[in-house]
Amino acid sequence: MSEALLAQAGGGIGCKPAPTDLGTFPDAFDFIAEERESISGGVCIGGPGELFDLASSHMTVSLVALAVAILIAAPVGLWLGHVGRGEFLAVSVSNVGRAVPALALLAFFVAFVGIGFTNVALVLMLLAVPPILTNTYVGMRQVDRETVDAARGVGLSELQIVRRVELPLAIPIIFAGIRLSAVAVVATATIAPLGNVRSLGNPIIEPQTYGLAGQLGAAIVVALITLAVDGSLAALQRALTPRGLRRSLRQLRLQRTYFPIRRRTEVP
Amino acid sequence: MSPAPLAQVEIHERTGEGCVAENGFCPGWIADNIDKYWAPLLEHVYLCVASVGIGFAIAFTCALVAHRQRWLIAPFGAFFGALFTVPSVAAFLLLLPITGRGNTTAIVALVAYTLLILFRNVTTGLRGVPEESRDAARGMGLTDQQMLWRVELPLALPEILAGLRIAFTTTVGLATLAFFAGGGGLGEQIYSSRAGTGGIYFQSNVVVAGGLAILLAAVGDLLFLTIQRLAAPWRRTRPA
Amino acid sequence: MSKLIRAVMALAALLAVVLVVAACGDDDDDNGGGAQTNGGAESADLIERDPANSDTRITVGSKNFDEQYILGEIYAQAFEAAGFTVRKQLDLGSEQVAFRALRNGDIDAYPEYTGTALTSFYRVAVDEVPRDRDESFEQLQQELEGDDITAMPQTPFQNTYLVTSTRETAEQFGSPETVTELVEEAGNDVRLSGFPECRQRTDCYLGLRDTYDWTPEFVSSEGQYEDLDNDQADFTMGFSTDGPLSLDRYYTYEDDQELFPPYYVTLLTRNDTVEALGDAGQDVIERVQEPLTEEVMRELNSRVSIDKQTPRRVAADYLREAGFTQ
Repeated sequence: MSEALLAQAGGGIGCKPAPTDLGTFPDAFDFIAEERESISGGVCIGGPGELFDLASSHMTVSLVALAVAILIAAPVGLWLGHVGRGEFLAVSVSNVGRAVPALALLAFFVAFVGIGFTNVALVLMLLAVPPILTNTYVGMRQVDRETVDAARGVGLSELQIVRRVELPLAIPIIFAGIRLSAVAVVATATIAPLGNVRSLGNPIIEPQTYGLAGQLGAAIVVALITLAVDGSLAALQRALTPRGLRRSLRQLRLQRTYFPIRRRTEVP
Repeated sequence: MSPAPLAQVEIHERTGEGCVAENGFCPGWIADNIDKYWAPLLEHVYLCVASVGIGFAIAFTCALVAHRQRWLIAPFGAFFGALFTVPSVAAFLLLLPITGRGNTTAIVALVAYTLLILFRNVTTGLRGVPEESRDAARGMGLTDQQMLWRVELPLALPEILAGLRIAFTTTVGLATLAFFAGGGGLGEQIYSSRAGTGGIYFQSNVVVAGGLAILLAAVGDLLFLTIQRLAAPWRRTRPA
Repeated sequence: MSKLIRAVMALAALLAVVLVVAACGDDDDDNGGGAQTNGGAESADLIERDPANSDTRITVGSKNFDEQYILGEIYAQAFEAAGFTVRKQLDLGSEQVAFRALRNGDIDAYPEYTGTALTSFYRVAVDEVPRDRDESFEQLQQELEGDDITAMPQTPFQNTYLVTSTRETAEQFGSPETVTELVEEAGNDVRLSGFPECRQRTDCYLGLRDTYDWTPEFVSSEGQYEDLDNDQADFTMGFSTDGPLSLDRYYTYEDDQELFPPYYVTLLTRNDTVEALGDAGQDVIERVQEPLTEEVMRELNSRVSIDKQTPRRVAADYLREAGFTQ
């Protein structure tokens, strides 16, 4: 009897009832491809339209958080790496920051700062800072000291050294950090609905409406988007790495680790 | 509150005032209830150490295999990377029907998240070993196997340890989500009121549980850092 | 370098101390907590321990919020007092997970809300659920027959949705008593907060839209009363037995158009477990939930959410105060 009512209701709201005969993964892909009625009834869910809306909101808050994190962490890491100080802050403190549980941080903000886009972006930004800060610092430190000295000897200012010598050489490691952060932020933005920001996390935390198919479908979309973001950043990294550097990257690695060999023979 | 003549449940007068009732930061409450956090902390340590240990075993083996068969690096990296992109909240929930509730599910998910960083770091470390060292080793008559264990791995050690450092602290943070998979650890204290710690909106609770997680991560971080410094003294960066 | 080693040693020592204390001092705060007896417990109410029951194993489950933990503990501890061998699996998750566990036999019983069971498990539309307490219960019993599950008699209290606001907000709109009046006064230019799923559920936001013609701005969040206190929302979807409602500062509005179905609690039990419980065991269930009026349930919830006690202790105190155990 309930089935008939459901079919009636489904016809009434303009999308098909949720399929019951598909396997777990096919059901998830069907959820992505086509609208259907929610498990508890009364509303249409799924399909490219809704998923696109959710993805837009998801990416907006993620990109804002990532951008601000880069704007804050990169200059700090660049300067600390250039002068060679603050390793404890840039590496240890930063690393320990990875242990902060994201969900707890968001709940903390919700209870004491409030909800909304700004607060959610702030939480995600805090999560994005550690990998960027650490990698920027380490990337700068990895640059061969003799090269820097030579540049100084030629008469370049400190800022010019950073921009023209150290930064280009540090790009691979810096970008590795940015990519890690980006992946973490996009994955963590699934909890944004708890702070009144819609995202692809909505289907995941609303099982009564979206069901297992919706949860899995949304998770798949998040994973795909994350891969796309990571891929785009990798392409950007290739574009920004100086051509000469790309060719002689192998040589550079030899150069970078040349010191260890020399010093090792000095130790009795 | 005087006892009633007949057996009935006492209805307490509540004003909602007071540090605990207002969900604030209450040192008194913390002092009285801190013992509720010790066992979960222990379990949290176990989850993290087990996950990083197993993750390292898997990633290290794969990296060694890929070191000899270079073409494997990309597929392994892509697979571990794909695991990493699954949002953690979803992963714990979605594994439930497959591996059941409990620490096993949690460890499976946590291991999956460590694989990328550990694999990348071991591979990068091995790749960073200069050709000259390898030539010298071959010149000395070492076999491939001996070269690996006596020359390549020691030189790759700093990079490997850096990866372990990062994997450990990241796992400490993620392991709180083990609660949603029915596992133990500090997650129950943070997210649920069942442990008598007031749940996620009680400031004292979040600060203590979060603080313990951070403390655990700090200890792990410094331990790995020390091992790193002891094992590879030549790697210390000195200002010019 | 030595400074670094000293720092590491200090932190490692601290952590070692913490771990040792953890290993040794496993404090169970239920031992001897709140030993005040409530004088004059009638011995007729005491649950009698029947040694024959110890062969019967029962696994009691629950969903993952305060009231569910408390109810799960109450039933579990009551069974224990009657001599059954009880295992607890509280914290199962949402009703889907709990019901699946019940059907699989992973658990033998768990407390569920009548309205939730009908709408979530048997696809009954929200407005099709009978608003009468007994009729809805009968319908649930019928639906459960197909799954070999029995719905034990309902609790006196129900835990239904309640539109809630602060007293100040209520006074702003002239303290209307019903939701219909509230919608007239407040209109749609207000904010309503609820858990994320509420927005797309016919027994939540969609119901308000369809039944009361009310479309406030929906604020998606998990902290209902926090949202009211922080002025993130003017109204929130609270629940009638929520702890904070026992405080003076909140105001609730009556669901005069009966949007919400009944949400009385019934212990859903597998048929084979019902048999194993026998008459005495079933009797325990009915007796132990008798004092659970809305006011009492709210008091128990307050002890967990406001006083921050463990649900286990709250259940133990309840059983003692109500005279079921000593």
